[in-house]
Amino acid sequence: MNIPTMSEMSGAKALMTSLEKEGVDIVFGLPGGANLPIYDALVDANFRHVLVRHEQSAAHMADGYARIKRKAGVCLATSGPGATNLVTGIATAYADSSPLVAITGQVPLNMIGKDAFQETDIIGVANPCTKYAFQPRFATEIPEVVKKSFYIAESGRPGPVLIDIPKDVQQDVTDIQFPDLIKVRGYKPVVDPDLSNVGKAVELLVSAQRPIIMAGGGVILSGAFSELQAIAELIMAPVVTTFKGKGAFPENHPLAMGPIGMHGHAEANRIILEADCILAVGARFSDRSVGRFDEFGKGMNIIHLDIDPAEIGKNKSVDIAIVGDVKSALRTMVKMLSKMSIKTSSENPWLKRRKELIDYFSQNMKDYPREMTARKALKKLRELLPAESIVTTEVGQCQMWTSLHFDVISPGTFFSSTGLGTMGFGFPASIGAKAARPDVHVVDVAGDGSFNMTENSLAVSVLENLPVIVFLLNNDMLGMVAQWQRTFYDRRYMGVHQKSCPDYVKIAEAYGANGLSVQSMDELEKAIKSALRTEVATVIDIKIDPEEDVYPFVAPGTGLKDMITGA
Amino acid sequence: MVENKPGVLFRITNLFRARNFNIESITVGTTEKPDLSRMTITTRIDEAILDQLVKQLRKLIDIVEVEVLDINNTVYRELALIKIRAKDFTNRNEIINFANVFRANILDIGKESVTVEVIGTPDKIDQIKNQIKQYDILEMPRTGVSALSRGE
Repeated sequence: MNIPTMSEMSGAKALMTSLEKEGVDIVFGLPGGANLPIYDALVDANFRHVLVRHEQSAAHMADGYARIKRKAGVCLATSGPGATNLVTGIATAYADSSPLVAITGQVPLNMIGKDAFQETDIIGVANPCTKYAFQPRFATEIPEVVKKSFYIAESGRPGPVLIDIPKDVQQDVTDIQFPDLIKVRGYKPVVDPDLSNVGKAVELLVSAQRPIIMAGGGVILSGAFSELQAIAELIMAPVVTTFKGKGAFPENHPLAMGPIGMHGHAEANRIILEADCILAVGARFSDRSVGRFDEFGKGMNIIHLDIDPAEIGKNKSVDIAIVGDVKSALRTMVKMLSKMSIKTSSENPWLKRRKELIDYFSQNMKDYPREMTARKALKKLRELLPAESIVTTEVGQCQMWTSLHFDVISPGTFFSSTGLGTMGFGFPASIGAKAARPDVHVVDVAGDGSFNMTENSLAVSVLENLPVIVFLLNNDMLGMVAQWQRTFYDRRYMGVHQKSCPDYVKIAEAYGANGLSVQSMDELEKAIKSALRTEVATVIDIKIDPEEDVYPFVAPGTGLKDMITGA
Repeated sequence: MVENKPGVLFRITNLFRARNFNIESITVGTTEKPDLSRMTITTRIDEAILDQLVKQLRKLIDIVEVEVLDINNTVYRELALIKIRAKDFTNRNEIINFANVFRANILDIGKESVTVEVIGTPDKIDQIKNQIKQYDILEMPRTGVSALSRGE
């Protein structure tokens, strides 16, 4: 029997103790009127607080931390505008199934509903983009609410949870119990996969002539890297990933094909059309990955493995569905496959076809004839950056170029805002990632448009000694919008020009970071090497041509077969 | 079956809105268990969408259990109150006779109106509404459907 421990303390102090019990070592936040008791209790807490300059960045930092640490990140904000500023970050984490616990202050209970100063119904606002939202009404509820929040955020398909605590509930001093066990009656995440379906899936895979594996973000979330590699090697299946799954499989592996999708690798988009059996692992068949739902996978057997039952059949009906934790399902498949004798020959026509497609598209892709291009810059970055470094991106062309031209070698070292596509995500998220792994280099591949949105996080990077490298592909444009206006709107540009404002080197210097302007490949090499040596954040401002497009391109509403290579 | 606490109805209806599902009727009430409410939702959708709807509902943490009721194996009832204009004695008597034929209860007789109560399947209530249209319907609230699966 567990004898509960009791002691008299405030709700805010109970919150700190509860967070400590969850093993929290860092929180990202910004104080205000309605969370002052929480900040007062933080003074004596045994974990680190990182002060941000805007709450959106606090949520992104906690998200970046969570994606690398694979446990919930924590962010704090006050009521009203503090809470609503978090929402973009919460929605980003929700779209990418990232575990996040967001804690907001709220006006006192007796002021709720009175349109009080800095009051907002954040529970209502956050409802569509959280797994759950709590509003404890008594200080005694706080330990249980915190424990439930971490459980819900981290288990099953992970996601953000909000805890909105009225100020008087933070202040109340009372006897507080800390439960060891909690139960959430209506929450039953599936973990163990259905074994009979796993057996059927294995049979189908073994009998396939042209099997392919499509690895999604679920592989990264469950850390099923070695299992994925083992299964690919056992059935000799080429591995494509979704964009969220980029880095689930080493991209220098002889079976790797890179990401599919709107700006996927041409050879990946092509080979998946020629397969006769797809094993989709922790992927949700998003429109950005598969193009048209009705065309994708026609005439092929699709096996879908996912932890979220609601993803089965949501966008694509499949032949075999396995609901459960990706890692444990793959492990079972590997065990079953190892016992079978699978004939593999070096003359495998399917692997020959893989090689043929890679060779063909390496010759037949549009090249942009300039000394300095995004492609060349990213290849240079890959060459100089240690394999275990963590890379994230902003959103837009910079993101898609990274998907295309930067190979992730060490699994789980890449992430990006792939679902919500949040500009301004990458830089604060990279700071969160650095907090999770201070021993490795962290790079944010940025565009000027996105970086501009959260560049004030330079203050956090510098003051909190969380140095990251901002690899700024600066085309002085909202480049992806400009590319669409070029392609679909007859070059009628509207709202895309940044007009060389601001000067990013000066911005970096103003915050006490390093700013390096780069015009040539030589300068770039020197700048990367210098950034890797310095102990402070570095912004490498790389001037690229505004007309450099991202290819290949699967236009919205079309299928992967309609891919434009630009050549 | 859902948790009997504030905000639950909001979460459920918000899911219908956000995912583009249509609600035809919704009823909520307490059950034999004090901490659980029962919500009965009627909707007209095809099998594939129903499957997706049920899965999305199951993900809601406040929902303890989701059951799809097959219309052929379910007892279900709806209640409607109908206030009808009745200007004079003859008119009132006609309405009272009409109500008796349809086994509707008279709840209130006023100077210028009669209010009747009808309990039945939604189809039966639709049918009565059509029949009674010849009179002047002043107000007609309906409760939505409450349902239980038939016993073994």
